[in-house]
Amino acid sequence: MKHVKEEELIAYRQGIAEQRAVISEHLAACEECRGELDRIETVLAALDTLPVPDPGADYGRRVWREIAPRLAEKPGRWWQVWREPRRLMAAGGVVALLIAAFVAGRFTKRDRTGENVANQEQIRERVLVVAVGEHLGHSERMLIELSNAAPNDPAEKEVNISAEQRRAEDLLQENRLYRQTALQEGDAGLASVLDELERVLLDVAHSPEEVTPAQLEAIQKKIEARGILFKVRVVNKELQQRQEAARPAQSESMKRERNKV
Amino acid sequence: MNRMQQSVESAQAVAESDAVAVERTLAGDRDAYRVLVERHSHNVFRLAYRMTGNRHDAEEVVQEAFLRGYQKLGQFAARSNFGTWVYRIAANYAIDRMRQRQKEEARREAPRAEDGDGMENDPLNRVKDEAPTPERLAQSLELRKQMELALAALSEAERAAFVMRHWEGCGIEEIAGVLKSSSSAAKNTVFRAVQKLRHALEPFVEAKARGRAMGSES
Repeated sequence: MKHVKEEELIAYRQGIAEQRAVISEHLAACEECRGELDRIETVLAALDTLPVPDPGADYGRRVWREIAPRLAEKPGRWWQVWREPRRLMAAGGVVALLIAAFVAGRFTKRDRTGENVANQEQIRERVLVVAVGEHLGHSERMLIELSNAAPNDPAEKEVNISAEQRRAEDLLQENRLYRQTALQEGDAGLASVLDELERVLLDVAHSPEEVTPAQLEAIQKKIEARGILFKVRVVNKELQQRQEAARPAQSESMKRERNKV
Repeated sequence: MNRMQQSVESAQAVAESDAVAVERTLAGDRDAYRVLVERHSHNVFRLAYRMTGNRHDAEEVVQEAFLRGYQKLGQFAARSNFGTWVYRIAANYAIDRMRQRQKEEARREAPRAEDGDGMENDPLNRVKDEAPTPERLAQSLELRKQMELALAALSEAERAAFVMRHWEGCGIEEIAGVLKSSSSAAKNTVFRAVQKLRHALEPFVEAKARGRAMGSES
């Protein structure tokens, strides 16, 4: 008889087994597996005896007394976060990109010849390339600063990285938009690097504002281990090359447009 | 009316009154948030204590969870259950807190590791090293100490998954949400946690059971 694996028995005991009925049926017929389940059960039952201290009947009131002075007059509505100046700037950048892409689309829709459709593609791609290039440049600078951050004094117990953290939060919003756009444009390579960058930005954005030197070192090691700085540089270089390559083709087509007039 | 129906209706009443308190808080009535804090503090404390293993950290997690909940209350509006929501905020913060603690402890213990073969830093080895005498084994306090050590030896994700599933009865999707993982990865984390606890504690639990059996024979 094939016995139930430990993994399945634990899942069964925790109520998350996929083949619950099959395991039940087996347990009814197999003493060995019942014994195994009993041993798991005994350990879990022992853990259930671990006490949780009673914080007291007035605990809720005490929590309120502690936090009340730290609460703002009004809680944040979801859209209010966009009223912060730094987020407004990030939103402004995104809106500018969208307007540029829209104008590019309108401009090239005047006539639908094959050449103009190609132009439209090129202009859209250039808008994306320029915007993403800038974004990668900003991200690179932030990551370099964070990688080189160190306590001013070796005796310092905390290092303040709140500035990098705020920049990471802003870059995160832009990064998401560019990653989605790259995916829509079918640029899987760029989307993949932006995805990796997003994870690093998330880590930084979610770090405490003040970190211990050991925590800072752990963040720096993570950045280094992922090789994200190198990848960002490579992609940025590729984008610059793409931009260079697009220029002659575009100037040629513009010349032809002018000759028509 | 049976007990099941009563408890379902009482849960619905709490959820409805939570929703009213949320709306009033969002409208600028700060005292309405007090109702939510006082109603849910005990549950959040229980979760936080089981995840962090000490009262001081648990109390900090509770306060931070309600502070963050207030700051993000606008994002909650469309959701249905304030209790579950603030619970999730607390679980996330508790994981961060535990990670921070582990790093601090690792840093403190690093110089000691240089003297030996590095095995001292494995929390599971610490559990085994502190094997008590048969007499002490019979004492419940010793088993309790071993259980606390075994829980402390879990990774923060394993501990969170175990606490949320075993003690708090949270769904796998909810656990996956807190761990930022897939459902199958969350299930695996629960499995790994129970497996580690079992392997660390089974000898002590069995020894205690044997001691009890011998005591009842004599």
